[in-house]
Amino acid sequence: MHNTTTQNAAASKPLVFRATGLVKRYGQVTALDGADFELRDGEILAVIGDNGAGKSSLIKALSGAVVPDEGEMYLDGKLVHFKSPVDARRHGIETVYQDLAVAPAMTIAENLFMGREILRPGLLGKLFRAIDMKQMLTDAVGYMDDLKIGIRSMSQAVETLSGGQRQGVAVARSAAFARHVVILDEPTAALGVKEGNMVLEMIRRVRDKGLAVILISHNMPHVFEIADRIHIQRLGKRAAVVNPQTISMSDTVAVMTGAKRSEDLPEDAHA
Amino acid sequence: MSKLSSRLPPLATLGPLIALVVAAGFFSIQSDRFLSSQNFSLILQQVMVVGVLAIGQTLIILTAGIDLSCGMVMALGSIVMTKFAVDLGMHPALATLCGLLVCSLFGLANGLLVTKIRLPPFIVTLGTMNIAFAITQIYSSAQTVTDLPAFLTFFGNTLKLGETEMSYGAIFMLALYLGVWLFLRETAPGRHLYAVGNSPEAARLTGIATQRVLLTVYAIAGLFYGIAAMLIVARTGVGDPQAGQTDNLDAITAVVLGGTSLFGGRGVILGSLLGAVIVGVFRNGLTLMGVASVYQTLITGILVILAVATDQLSRKRS
Repeated sequence: MHNTTTQNAAASKPLVFRATGLVKRYGQVTALDGADFELRDGEILAVIGDNGAGKSSLIKALSGAVVPDEGEMYLDGKLVHFKSPVDARRHGIETVYQDLAVAPAMTIAENLFMGREILRPGLLGKLFRAIDMKQMLTDAVGYMDDLKIGIRSMSQAVETLSGGQRQGVAVARSAAFARHVVILDEPTAALGVKEGNMVLEMIRRVRDKGLAVILISHNMPHVFEIADRIHIQRLGKRAAVVNPQTISMSDTVAVMTGAKRSEDLPEDAHA
Repeated sequence: MSKLSSRLPPLATLGPLIALVVAAGFFSIQSDRFLSSQNFSLILQQVMVVGVLAIGQTLIILTAGIDLSCGMVMALGSIVMTKFAVDLGMHPALATLCGLLVCSLFGLANGLLVTKIRLPPFIVTLGTMNIAFAITQIYSSAQTVTDLPAFLTFFGNTLKLGETEMSYGAIFMLALYLGVWLFLRETAPGRHLYAVGNSPEAARLTGIATQRVLLTVYAIAGLFYGIAAMLIVARTGVGDPQAGQTDNLDAITAVVLGGTSLFGGRGVILGSLLGAVIVGVFRNGLTLMGVASVYQTLITGILVILAVATDQLSRKRS
């Protein structure tokens, strides 16, 4: 269907984020052993891997949470070194953490703008750093509408929301401020079927806004439903990048667990 | 139904108000002097010290911390102000500044120990409480400082508002509350303080300099204890090394009664003012009834536990 055309269109798209030979050691343990990574413009790239495959170390390196011992990262073709998540954020990479990083007692608008509040014009803003709550509420409605998250009041506390809606707040925050990449860490893990689907729909809308999305997930059906390409991480390296349109779920799991080598996959399974 | 209950303030907010009304009713039956305007002035005089201490305490509790040293730091500040002015012959304005500085430095020290060495606020301030108390006793030789210059008692002067006399100190306290309320509600640093208390991890990940927020909060709280020192000197007209011993618990009680959660990130500063008034009314009413001071302390202790328990239970239900 139209999915295949998206696929072909994506294949010709330029790389927005690229890493080569990433190494990260923790004492005796080598979490990343020369991992490569490529993310194309406007795609959803799922990153999967068994426990200990170096999946979370890879994501931490890409989001600035850890500094790799070796290797290079290029954002929009330019060499970058992230010293912290805040640093990565400054470069236009936003991360939605598994625990969401929201303050439950604070309002949706406040959470969306946490650490990036809109200040009032004039002296009030400059001198006293007074916040422009009205503007923040208006913009918040826009951000949430962008992803079609139907919440009536932006001034209700995040703790009054359902799990999926909270996820929505975190995703909307990332989508609003990201310039290049949104990283989502297990966004559907704690959700029921209905809310999980709602979040998948949200992720598609983030991509359709023109952002590249990295999705870390254990949920194979979700990965196959939404990903344009799948990066399989194994033993600290990238084992393969596959096309969910043409590879079977069992072959994917086989590569992930080491039962099958990348070379043994049919030609058209690669992406 | 759910709409209605979300619009009503939670039990934790209504509870203190009810307690205040009940207590006032009770005391006015027990003593016909309770409702007099002179007595109201007296309560305000007493509330201004605990009230200002409670501002600093609220800021710290909002970050999920606690400061046990507030009363003792205030006592040290008041001794520095009075002794510097009387014994060293320093200009009282300069002596006051020195007192404010000493209190701020104590706050800063608390903050550094909490943020840099990552010690629990409870232990840090338990330590500095004793240090401040000891320095106060050593430096003053446990002697009260008297014969203060008029400058130091300025805030004790009163303004007649109808039948009630308001001291400048009480007016100053109300102004401070208004200022801090606006700061917490309307400014980015104010909202960051709530974020740090509510979810330090979220605050850090969204780029808020959480450690700097904490350090600033402890130092500013120290400054408020210094202001409280200024007010207690003005109210009593002496530098009293034994001051602050009941105010310590009273300030924490005021904050908790005012509905600020000990777990951080939730609360409104004006609640602490209400809490301070409740504590003041209790102490005043019990004094009028002839209840000895030690029993008042007993009751305050029970009051603080009741307030925390109510807060905890009402949150669990919701």
